[in-house]
Amino acid sequence: MTESRATKWIGMPVERLEDPPLVTGRGRFAGDINFPRQLHMRMVRSNHAHGRIVSIDASEARAIPGVVAVWTAHDIADIGPIDFREGSIEKLAPYRQPVLATEKVRYVGDPVAAVFAEDPYIAEDAAELVAVEIEPLPPLLDARAEPGEFSPGKNTEAAYLTQGYGDVESVFATAHTIVELDLTSGRHSGVPLETRGALGRYDASRDVLELHGASKVPHRNKELIARMLGRPPSSVSCFESHVGGGFGIRGEIYPEDILVCVAAMRLDRPVKWIEDRREHLIAANHSRNQHHKVRAACTEQGEILALDDVIHHDNGAYVRTHATRVAMMTCGVLPGPYRVPGAYRAVCHFRLTNKTPAATYRAPGRFETTFVRERLVDAIAHKLSLDPMDVRRINAVRVDEMPFKRPLEALGEEIHFDSGDYHKLLDKLLDFVKWDELNAELAKRRENGEMVGAGLAMFVEKAGLGPVDGVRIQVDTSGYVEVITGGSSIGQGFETVMAQVAAETLGADYKKMRVIRGNTERIEHGIGAHASRATVMTASATREAALKVREKALSVAAELLQAPADALDIVDGEVVRRDNPGGPSISLGKIAAALSNTSKSLGERDPGLSADGFFHAEHQVYPYGNHLAVVKVDPATGGVAVERYIVAYDIGRAINPMLVKGQIAGGFAQGLGGALYEEFTYNANGDPLAVTFADYLLPTVKEICDIEILLTEDHPSPLNPLGIKGAGESGVNGVGGAIASAIDNAIGIPGAITQLPVTPQRLKAILDGKR
Amino acid sequence: MLAAAMKPAPFQYHAPRTVEEAVALLAEYASDDGRVLAGGQSLVPTMAFRLARPSHLIDINGVAGLDRLDAQDGRLFVGATVRHAAFEQPAVEGPLGVLLSEVAQHVAHHPIRTRGTFCGSIAHADPASEWCAVAACLDAEMMAISTRGVRLISAPDYFKGLMTTALEDDELLAEVRLPMLKPDVRFGFSEFSRRSGDFAIAMAVVVYRLQDDGVIAESRIAVGGAEASPRRIVEAEYALKGRQPSPDAFMLAAEIAAKKVDPLDDENISAGYRRDLVLALTRRALEQARDRAMP
Repeated sequence: MTESRATKWIGMPVERLEDPPLVTGRGRFAGDINFPRQLHMRMVRSNHAHGRIVSIDASEARAIPGVVAVWTAHDIADIGPIDFREGSIEKLAPYRQPVLATEKVRYVGDPVAAVFAEDPYIAEDAAELVAVEIEPLPPLLDARAEPGEFSPGKNTEAAYLTQGYGDVESVFATAHTIVELDLTSGRHSGVPLETRGALGRYDASRDVLELHGASKVPHRNKELIARMLGRPPSSVSCFESHVGGGFGIRGEIYPEDILVCVAAMRLDRPVKWIEDRREHLIAANHSRNQHHKVRAACTEQGEILALDDVIHHDNGAYVRTHATRVAMMTCGVLPGPYRVPGAYRAVCHFRLTNKTPAATYRAPGRFETTFVRERLVDAIAHKLSLDPMDVRRINAVRVDEMPFKRPLEALGEEIHFDSGDYHKLLDKLLDFVKWDELNAELAKRRENGEMVGAGLAMFVEKAGLGPVDGVRIQVDTSGYVEVITGGSSIGQGFETVMAQVAAETLGADYKKMRVIRGNTERIEHGIGAHASRATVMTASATREAALKVREKALSVAAELLQAPADALDIVDGEVVRRDNPGGPSISLGKIAAALSNTSKSLGERDPGLSADGFFHAEHQVYPYGNHLAVVKVDPATGGVAVERYIVAYDIGRAINPMLVKGQIAGGFAQGLGGALYEEFTYNANGDPLAVTFADYLLPTVKEICDIEILLTEDHPSPLNPLGIKGAGESGVNGVGGAIASAIDNAIGIPGAITQLPVTPQRLKAILDGKR
Repeated sequence: MLAAAMKPAPFQYHAPRTVEEAVALLAEYASDDGRVLAGGQSLVPTMAFRLARPSHLIDINGVAGLDRLDAQDGRLFVGATVRHAAFEQPAVEGPLGVLLSEVAQHVAHHPIRTRGTFCGSIAHADPASEWCAVAACLDAEMMAISTRGVRLISAPDYFKGLMTTALEDDELLAEVRLPMLKPDVRFGFSEFSRRSGDFAIAMAVVVYRLQDDGVIAESRIAVGGAEASPRRIVEAEYALKGRQPSPDAFMLAAEIAAKKVDPLDDENISAGYRRDLVLALTRRALEQARDRAMP
């Protein structure tokens, strides 16, 4: 294929196709969507962490002019609890969240009633008048405490999960050194600037129930809604809008999504719900709260022979759509890049507490385990007086061991590292920062009284969850190309990346690609945007479809140009002869016209310059990286300033390096939040204390240092034709681990940091020896 | 049930044009939850949460004459509608203007500073308000107007506790008067907040002069954020009297300040941590004043 400059798009940092409407105020977010005659929904939520519902009196609320209905659980008794995304799981079914609380409330924010009114002000006024009497019960707020009763006969340990291999006890019995740590990852979550929003609309003319607003996994949501409401899936449609951030938490099916759907049908009017910020912070999924009692059995040289981890996972009040995914992932990915040849055991007490339910947040199970694992590596190095980098080197899987299989699972698949050279990337990073010089300089500053230090975290990501993705590509008669995907854009640049792959494969301008996503009426399959899968899966499928379209275009052009197909190329949307690119040509638009259903030149062919392409993933792919932090601690206040932050990451192949770097930078900002700022705290009654942006501290531009990114493409994945490995979660994965390590180094107390986030108050207590 | 809302409860809106009209409206509606609206940067969010639900809002933004910001007879007069942003550049000559401009950088973020008002902060009396700490440090006078008359309240009499002041419900805080500072007055301001622009957990404002013989005179040390109200810590000020601006003297004054405060203790921030911060910040403010280049 001629590599003409104009059709070379893969690997180019081209500008985003998504931006023009977004930067000119013409985006269409959930709040921008309106339908004639729509009602506004307002939730009435529990203000008790745990209690028995004695009575709910909505008579006063119903009497307000403009209130159309007030529903409690009785009004929707035929609708079951929010089901799991992947289908029913019998053992966990009793722990699902009812759409509206039935007998008990289990967290502050638990929906107990829904008000439907002519405008949102009336809905809020009326919601205040719904009198809910609750008999308080003692709240359970610590996953390490003795489990309590969830419901009669069911205790709050909803699941006990385990993964492992080998004989752990015997390896520990004979090990040279055992290192044991007690570590906690705080409760925080993805907090998109656009809160959730949902519009339900029943189109009686077509007998189709529509949900607008929810993003991330539209096709999965369609199936789930159909299942819960007993409708044929073909009569449910989901449409995503623009999205102000997703991060794994937005776009799952929550009680409010089901309520707007049910209400749209039963009240026979469209129903709109826009979450407010306070609601978001108590109602949308939380994440990350785990306690790890972990120990490693090592050789004298620091080689980790065995790991043994007892995890208490605080999942909040219910088991939501993700079931036990985060906890199970945690059990599987803890060893990260390290070999751990002897034995491994992770057991997880998956427990419910009287807090907001928890589920996935960007790099679920990885942010937590990288913190745990890298703390452990630093502790091993300290105990054995070894260089922590040497401990990482001796343990990391070597390039000659690839592909590396480990009898543990992630997302239901056995873990197979497809490719990579962890040592090489570590060396590149340490060269990049001039590690020895950096440490010498930091040591000098410490001698002069500054508390400065550096730390590193090494990790393996996972991306490209299968099993299959399909894309339909169709060229119109003007030469514009529709790339119809079952993918989802949560702001990551999905459309641009798909356009680049389609355009390069076809031989056309990427700006002539119109990428369709988030619309279940345009394509029957789709898995959406999660698990860093979109580029690996959807772009690979895009390539398959584009190759077929290309082939069809060339075969038609061969006839029209009277030349063999293999003598032709497509450049800038024009089919030309390879040996005479300036000679006769025919455009893709003209070929599409020649293939129209009424065209005389159609002949025996199926009409349309179009094709479906599918990509079947053999397995997930495993990109990898390192985070390196340089921090300065203020000993008088316990405040931490991050002076430098460097991410080294092997992406396999970057379709658009600018967007990859954007993903990494955004992830870093969120990781920094989890490492130093963001925490959902509760008082002893189970009242949430972080309910506004004054209490839930997202780092702002002033707290986030410039990030340096060392993006490499040394090991393209052998598992897909473009060698793609996924980028979405790499920026957040190692932040907790790297910053904890750097703070230890700065304050000169190895192993000091055992809990995230490292708040100034906590660090001050450590510095004062009060902990 | 749960007071979680983003749309304010119903209220009646009034837009007086004169101080007389404003205080007449206050007299009429104060007892019926009437509240003054100036910049709205604290009141409006609390209304959105329905934590505040005034039945009447008396918007003073259109009231003539409340935007006064000028110096006269050794005082800076700050009218009720003067925005925080008016202080971003020195609003008056001498150390006071510079002090206010440096402190202004710590008041939230620029967009908020273009709406929120100096007097609004003083009336709201959040313990972590920078302007309240400055007012306490400099012994500002607050001018309250009602249909019953005009009165001046000095800072020690004015700040009464957590978001509580000596203002009566029907009184409008029309003006705050800050004493001008002599050209050789040194000042320092230091605060600690989790993020830039957040309400501080603690802060210290200090002013003093160095006499010709190099010793400290006329020192004022105020602590904000740590207690329910900002106030001067006179014992710490006394400890500096006649001392050289030495690390020992500063440490002693800071230790006294930390010892004398009775810090707030809440579920997020302990009293002990606040006390630690008072020590650190008082010392830093004193050092900053010492190290300041003087004209």
